[in-house]
Amino acid sequence: MREQLLAIADDELVLGWRDSEWTGIAPVLEEDVAFSSIAQNEIGHARAIYRLLSEDADALAFDRAPEEYRSSQLVELRFVPDWARTIARRVLYEAADELRLRRLMASDDPAVAGLAAKIDREEAYHRMHAELWHERLRDEPRYLAAVDELFPYTLAMAEPDDHESLIARFEPKTVASNTVLQAHARGSHADGWSELWEEMTEVRRSVPGATW
Amino acid sequence: MIYEVFRQERKGVAFEHAGSVVAPDEGFARAYAHEQYGRRGESAALWVVPRDAVMEVEDFVDELNRNYHRVDGYSLKAKLAEARARAAAGDR
Repeated sequence: MREQLLAIADDELVLGWRDSEWTGIAPVLEEDVAFSSIAQNEIGHARAIYRLLSEDADALAFDRAPEEYRSSQLVELRFVPDWARTIARRVLYEAADELRLRRLMASDDPAVAGLAAKIDREEAYHRMHAELWHERLRDEPRYLAAVDELFPYTLAMAEPDDHESLIARFEPKTVASNTVLQAHARGSHADGWSELWEEMTEVRRSVPGATW
Repeated sequence: MIYEVFRQERKGVAFEHAGSVVAPDEGFARAYAHEQYGRRGESAALWVVPRDAVMEVEDFVDELNRNYHRVDGYSLKAKLAEARARAAAGDR
């Protein structure tokens, strides 16, 4: 359970970071505000889950070695300035995240179930935002290609129990082989992960042991 | 398309104009209004209205300056002060 929660928190932290890269440069101002706000929410969710796991959420977020993070490759990929891939990731991530949140909400641990319910109430708006974009871009070849490209990463991020439901929902042209899923599995990281880790932890590492 | 957003600060109080959002359709207008005027918990509810749906009435002419039609046309304060002064002087 701990491992699972850590994976979810790492996903939320890293996706929050990646989405925040759009702050100030999104295609329209309204989307800039919405995206930044969603990114902040995701980082807030990561913080709440880290708190559940440890007294020191900052240490979990910033003091681990890059190979210790449990984030999925889907959230690690850098897409700026590619809006089609960025939206495809939001849509796919929210779909997979909804399934695992639902399972957490049914947890026997009241602290976990309670936090999951709280997070889900915010995620509902993220899902609404993602759905709007999905509807709007559903006939755009660039967007559809991005969904197909990122679908294997989504399966690798999700629990095997959720694969069937995700495949039924997105109807990908081909379903990734086990070899592909293995290549994208948690524990191995996407290209660009070490640069992202460097940036994320740079300030914290600049004065080790400081109280901020 | 421009949507005007009205914001209610807490349940029971009147909605006030908060600003506007640019959105391609109602769904996005709703999402953008939610993020721009509600994300800090500053609103209990929002009204989101297409700008075209807002009827503007601004033709208020008063060519003959009939200021007695207006609430500020009759200065109660001054009259009251005068009446009090008269009463104090015993002049009924």
